[in-house]
Amino acid sequence: MSTRLATGGRLLTKDKPVTFRFNGKQLRGYEGDTLASALLANDQMLVGRSFKYHRPRGIVASGAEEPNGLVNMGDEGKFEPNQRVTTTELFDGLSATSQNHWPSLEFDVGVINKYMSRFMPAGFYYKTFMYPRAFWKHVYEPFIRQAAGLGKAPKARDVDTYEHYHAFCDVLVIGGGVAGLLAAKTAAQSGAKVMLIEQTAHWGGRAPVDGGTVDGDPVEDFVEKTVAELASMENVTLRNRTMGAGVYDHGYVLGYERLTDHAPEAAGPRHRLWRVRAGHIITATGAIERPLSFAGNDIPGVMLASAVRDYVANWGVSIGDRTVIVTNNDDAYLTAFALKFAGLEVPAIVDARPAGDESPAMAQAKALGLRVLHGHGIAKVKGNKRVTGVAICAQAGEGAVLEEITCDAVAMSGGWSPVVHLWSHCGGKLAWDDAQAFFKPDRDKAPTGADGAGFVTAAGAASGALILSDALGDAHAAGQAAAKAAGFTARKTKAPKGETPAEAPMLPVWMMPQGASAPLRAKAWLDYQNDVKVSDVQLAAREGFESVEHAKRYTTLGMATDQGKLSNINGLATLAGALDTPIPQVGTTTFRPPYTPISMGAIGGEARAEVFQPIRRTPMHDWHDTNGADWEPVGHWRRPYAFVRDGESTHDAVMREVVNTRQNLGLLDASTLGKLVVKGPDAGKFLDMLYTNMMSTLKPGKCRYGLMCSENGFLIDDGVVARIDEDTFLCHTTTGGAERIHGHMEEWLQTEWWDWKVYVANVTEQYAQVAVVGPNARKVLEKLGGMDVSKEALGFMEWADGEIGGFKARVYRISFSGELSYEIAVDAGQGQAFWDALMAAGAEFGAMPYGTECLHILRAEKGFIMIGDETDGTIIPQDLGLNWAISKKKEDYLGKRAQARSHMTDPERWKLVGLETVDGSTLPDGAYAAGEGVNANGQRNVIGRVTSTYHSPTLGRGIAMGLVLHGPDRMGEVISFPGTDGKTYEARIVDPVFYDKEGEKQNV
Amino acid sequence: MSEQATLSQTALGGARYDAGIATIVEAPLQGMITLRGDLASAKVKNAATGVAGVDMPGQRQVNCVEQSGIAWMSPDELLVLCPYADVAANMAKMQKTLGKGHALAVNVSDARAMFHLGGTHARDVMAKLAPVDLRRDQFTPGMIRRTRMAQVAAAFWVDGDDRFSIICFRSQAQYVFDLLKIAAQPGSEVGHI
Repeated sequence: MSTRLATGGRLLTKDKPVTFRFNGKQLRGYEGDTLASALLANDQMLVGRSFKYHRPRGIVASGAEEPNGLVNMGDEGKFEPNQRVTTTELFDGLSATSQNHWPSLEFDVGVINKYMSRFMPAGFYYKTFMYPRAFWKHVYEPFIRQAAGLGKAPKARDVDTYEHYHAFCDVLVIGGGVAGLLAAKTAAQSGAKVMLIEQTAHWGGRAPVDGGTVDGDPVEDFVEKTVAELASMENVTLRNRTMGAGVYDHGYVLGYERLTDHAPEAAGPRHRLWRVRAGHIITATGAIERPLSFAGNDIPGVMLASAVRDYVANWGVSIGDRTVIVTNNDDAYLTAFALKFAGLEVPAIVDARPAGDESPAMAQAKALGLRVLHGHGIAKVKGNKRVTGVAICAQAGEGAVLEEITCDAVAMSGGWSPVVHLWSHCGGKLAWDDAQAFFKPDRDKAPTGADGAGFVTAAGAASGALILSDALGDAHAAGQAAAKAAGFTARKTKAPKGETPAEAPMLPVWMMPQGASAPLRAKAWLDYQNDVKVSDVQLAAREGFESVEHAKRYTTLGMATDQGKLSNINGLATLAGALDTPIPQVGTTTFRPPYTPISMGAIGGEARAEVFQPIRRTPMHDWHDTNGADWEPVGHWRRPYAFVRDGESTHDAVMREVVNTRQNLGLLDASTLGKLVVKGPDAGKFLDMLYTNMMSTLKPGKCRYGLMCSENGFLIDDGVVARIDEDTFLCHTTTGGAERIHGHMEEWLQTEWWDWKVYVANVTEQYAQVAVVGPNARKVLEKLGGMDVSKEALGFMEWADGEIGGFKARVYRISFSGELSYEIAVDAGQGQAFWDALMAAGAEFGAMPYGTECLHILRAEKGFIMIGDETDGTIIPQDLGLNWAISKKKEDYLGKRAQARSHMTDPERWKLVGLETVDGSTLPDGAYAAGEGVNANGQRNVIGRVTSTYHSPTLGRGIAMGLVLHGPDRMGEVISFPGTDGKTYEARIVDPVFYDKEGEKQNV
Repeated sequence: MSEQATLSQTALGGARYDAGIATIVEAPLQGMITLRGDLASAKVKNAATGVAGVDMPGQRQVNCVEQSGIAWMSPDELLVLCPYADVAANMAKMQKTLGKGHALAVNVSDARAMFHLGGTHARDVMAKLAPVDLRRDQFTPGMIRRTRMAQVAAAFWVDGDDRFSIICFRSQAQYVFDLLKIAAQPGSEVGHI
């Protein structure tokens, strides 16, 4: 049984009990507990099932490396799967459920997989689900999807908010253990601005548990004193509950701060993603203890030795009454002492190392009357959902059982591995330390910045200095080096002196016993979460997966949510053993950010709900919204697709708008169209290069429609250009094209024609622009009064400045509808007032607003092309019959040369035509015209496609435009378009101008 | 015209938010003139200083007194600030000063929205949205940054009381206002700066 001890628990506030629920059961804990310690205090050792075999899984660790204790947290809008119990602070009302089991945690049907385990070795899925091919989609994948997945996906919308924060500092220290604290202090003494972040809620790391003295005082006093000192320094920022998630180029670091996970009722954002730019980075991320690979090492009750003493010291929790220690080093002896001092039984310390010189730890064990079994190992752990005993064997043998010891917990230690993740993220290299059997940062191969100098320094246990005295010396030096690297002069100080008892050397043990038989190896777990055993890695090696990266993917070792924090080194040592290759030669897999999973919310930051995307609004947006606008996104803008009235469908509204605009008066909010001012002595020359037609000959006061192509000849934009004065033009672009074309112009001006005297400014948003369209357009403007808008004063394709209804306005006589049309620009701030004035004055003339779909139909009836419909980045003006808009007099324009290439002049290129269905129906959008015969793939040949298609209320039939092979030469021919609805549509090739071919209506 | 001027509307009609850790107020209409030209030329400098009544700012600097000022926007662009009602007159004056030289002056007053952000936590609120070093000794009064706030372009400067003036595009005013509100939500103090 695991239970709460009467004493101990340095992190607990025992007068603040809290209640929480696990799988519906109400349990009690204290403030200061983690969910893990509180579960263990309630004897809830079993917390989940493994991924593949559904083996019962208990808590193994006490920190971020925990692979098993993952739960579904919270409900509804606060629900989140895969929350790690060891890093979840307990709060009153916490509710969690275990994962990956059915129907219950105690009784799980999937456990059948466990008995199948000998038939499900490494690569099982790859080998089994290959054939027959059709089975993959319909049988295997659904089955695997059922079986896969830890936790559930949230169903409700997240109720919390998140944010980013951009921070800058000279030195960023990641990790608030003794090394981090000292490194931060040392760096800060130089005057550098230092930021220190720590993933847990506490400072000092595991030093207060492991003990030792600093300058003669207990290490916890050193921690307290140093934190106080740092807090009082102006140039230091301390941030706990903030994990260093990733290190990137140029000293960029992501920090993940959990603000309200421990206090969900508190106001403010839940997580904050720190985007830190640091001059230099110190990784003081500590070390993680390694498990030992013996049979049954995954049975609940088997735990890391350090975790066992953490639970005793930090949270006053005993894992069992009788705990067997199994180790290859002196450090685990501390666990035996902690248990003994807490009044618990330690039946044996099973030490894989042969008896040799007695270390202080061994002497103390002897003095405490503890039984130490040198040169021994665990043959196997007995028990199912809970440890009941261990079988002891000789470490040197094959696992013959020498004796059995009854116990309810096993504390194991296979040595320690420095947390090198953050060092490695940006390219820091590792070196193998033979004596301590771990990878540690290679000081000479730090990740380098733009100047070629290293920008990360590891400190303390993270750099391989496991012993307190070494760690302090190392951290002190790291602090000074970081200050220097950040451009400060380190103050000459001495490192504080740490003291801990001397330790006997550890002995690398990658398998226990070293000659374990096949059945034992098949029960010796490396990766708890993904169910990878020693035998799986060995099989992978036998099957030829020699590269560690391949073996990892084949076996899924280290690919679970814990990213192999416990399994990595043991796994690659096993692989090295199987390949008879030295460990450093096998190497490690790649360490990638984040260090532990961070929330999607934190990554998204503020970008959710109303600010998920910046919506651009015209000055008349609110009016549209209250007058039935059915919104359509156009770029980041929202434009009314149609103004839908009560009792009307959207289609009805569009039809009404078209008819009304053709017969009476329509108003369109055209504010979103791009407006670029191009000015300078070379402006005409510049526009002649940008547009396919001649702009320099345009007279002030006149407008001209123009096409713009990329240097590859393809159409990229179109619009009306107005010449304002000798030096100034105003270029209209498409709604989505304003910023793009502005950038296009600037690029050519800045990189190629830098000596041309031209300036460009984007004034799109300066104006609200309204298209006043229809036979009554002139009447409403004349009623409002002001400038002369008669045909004589303001002819088609002319513009003038003046006043309309008291509004300062610029009026363009341009038409995208084929009707009498004025586009009127007023200052944006006047936009709504001007719109109101037009609506009021226009009432007697039948004024109605119209949306983008009506605009599309009006232009399609006239055969006007639309960038994005008739063009898709592969279309040249010649394809669209726009040769009239291509100047033949000009020596050059962007795209000219490309349009002369053989493929561009190929008569086989599909050309624009009008399409009229034989029965008056509407062609499906994007439909292909089928031709004779089949292509090399056995598909029907296609001879064209629909680019725009609408029902025209004006003509009472479907009209369309399309690109058709030899189209213009096939007028009158009927071609067929098979629809995806099973019907085949017959359409006649006609002229694309369906309405008012002579253009009389717009020119009145 | 004068009748219409009273109808002039800012993008959000003077929206404000006081319930959070910083105060957000949409500024009244502000005259803004983009001036592009050779910033070393006397005519360009005189055109700007002549209507703004302040000295030419250096690179990434802004000189601003009440509603008048000059902001350095790029090596060949200035933003001249003036009272909204004076824009037309100032444009004419600038054109006269510029004469026949190659330069571009264009009214962008209505193309923009402006916000003021103030309060003890104003710098922290900005640091949530803009990738700028906003520490008091790094981002000082007289500096301007053309940068982004979350997903949109913005320019801002700060005065001695940590009061920010923020300019964004008019069409994105609601987005920027909402952003600031979220960044200033109650309980979101950072205490970093």
